[in-house]
Amino acid sequence: MTPTPPAAKLRLATVWLAGCSGCHMSFLDLDEFLFDLAEKVDVVFSPVGTDVKIYPENVDIALVEGAVANVDNLELALQLRQRTALVISFGDCAVTANVPGLRNLLDGGHDSARAVLERGYLELADATGQLPFAPGIVPELLPRVLPLHEVIPVDLFLPGCPPSAERIREAITPLLAGERPVQEGSAMLRFG
Amino acid sequence: MSVVTLNVNGQDVAVPAGASLLEATRAAEANVPTLCHLEGLTPVSACRLCLVEVEGSGKLLPACSTAAAEGMVVHTHTPRLKEYRRMTVELIFAEGNHVCAVCVANTHCELQDMAVTVGMDHSRFPYQYPQRSVDASHPQFTLDHNRCILCTRCVRVCDEIEGAHVWDIGSRGGQCHIVAGLDEPWGQVQACTSCGKCVDVCPTGALFRNSDTTAEKHPNTTLPALLRTAREQRRWHNQ
Repeated sequence: MTPTPPAAKLRLATVWLAGCSGCHMSFLDLDEFLFDLAEKVDVVFSPVGTDVKIYPENVDIALVEGAVANVDNLELALQLRQRTALVISFGDCAVTANVPGLRNLLDGGHDSARAVLERGYLELADATGQLPFAPGIVPELLPRVLPLHEVIPVDLFLPGCPPSAERIREAITPLLAGERPVQEGSAMLRFG
Repeated sequence: MSVVTLNVNGQDVAVPAGASLLEATRAAEANVPTLCHLEGLTPVSACRLCLVEVEGSGKLLPACSTAAAEGMVVHTHTPRLKEYRRMTVELIFAEGNHVCAVCVANTHCELQDMAVTVGMDHSRFPYQYPQRSVDASHPQFTLDHNRCILCTRCVRVCDEIEGAHVWDIGSRGGQCHIVAGLDEPWGQVQACTSCGKCVDVCPTGALFRNSDTTAEKHPNTTLPALLRTAREQRRWHNQ
């Protein structure tokens, strides 16, 4: 008897932009479901699942945590969109810019990068304060922090700060079966 | 008691003459969403969430402040209305500074709940991040304009139930904001009795007790109806 070849595994990425990593902690809270998940997906890029530094090609699903706040975030967001079939805005920072976006309140939102750096590194510093400047090493802040969907098209939104492990599981499970989750009701949609 | 009979989503309902369309939709269990409306306070149709379609009317009508009339044919959940309601909630989020994760009203916020009700998973409108202030001059309470949705519940409860009329709306358009007294710091307004009714009925984290931090606010929105019934009909709800 010939054994059935295993079905091709989905290629899953998780991405950490400008967020606190709380959404990834919630992802790890999936506990034993992670074993089920590991049987169905290959984790090809993830701050908590691999040591891969370059976002790979042909990714099926990407969970993207965090807002887009600096040039590295922006570059990775554009790259992952090109290389991913289904992009999920993962958590309130990706969906609304949330807490990282609070710096948009400075300077009327026009150049909050300059305002937040001056506040942090000059106004609140002692006499030796200076603005950080290390091109190519420290990524430059964007003038305004943006939710992911204002930078790239997003296929699915998973709000929550963080989304609970249960909400993540309810969203992922249908996707593994090739279906879209039903994004309705308090269990799936609530901000905060 | 005279009644009017009307049709809501295909169902005939009879309500007392003088009842609002909102009461008629509730008699039909149509579950029309509301934010500014509160039992016991005068309706103002500020939030636009209760807009309904009435056959023969060229415009959408706010159910809270439209009288139910004999023979009306009302639709409450057409695709157009559902789309407008979601858009309205997205615009409310976009025009203020509503960050649920770090809000005093997190988990007890009617705006947060309404986003779920209308199926808002993100805002299609860029957030505006307006420059707004916080009035922490009152010894017991704080007014955070960042969270205010201008429902005017505080204005109405202070005027109609407490009788102090501390609150009003100042300015126009995007500059609209709640003002205390003659646009003074709240703590300096002598008319304020510090009763806390405005804090209790505020649907968001705009008004809160100083002792409450993130997710600790517990509103009590049943007070106005309770007090009004007690005063006008000499009975308490549970009697």
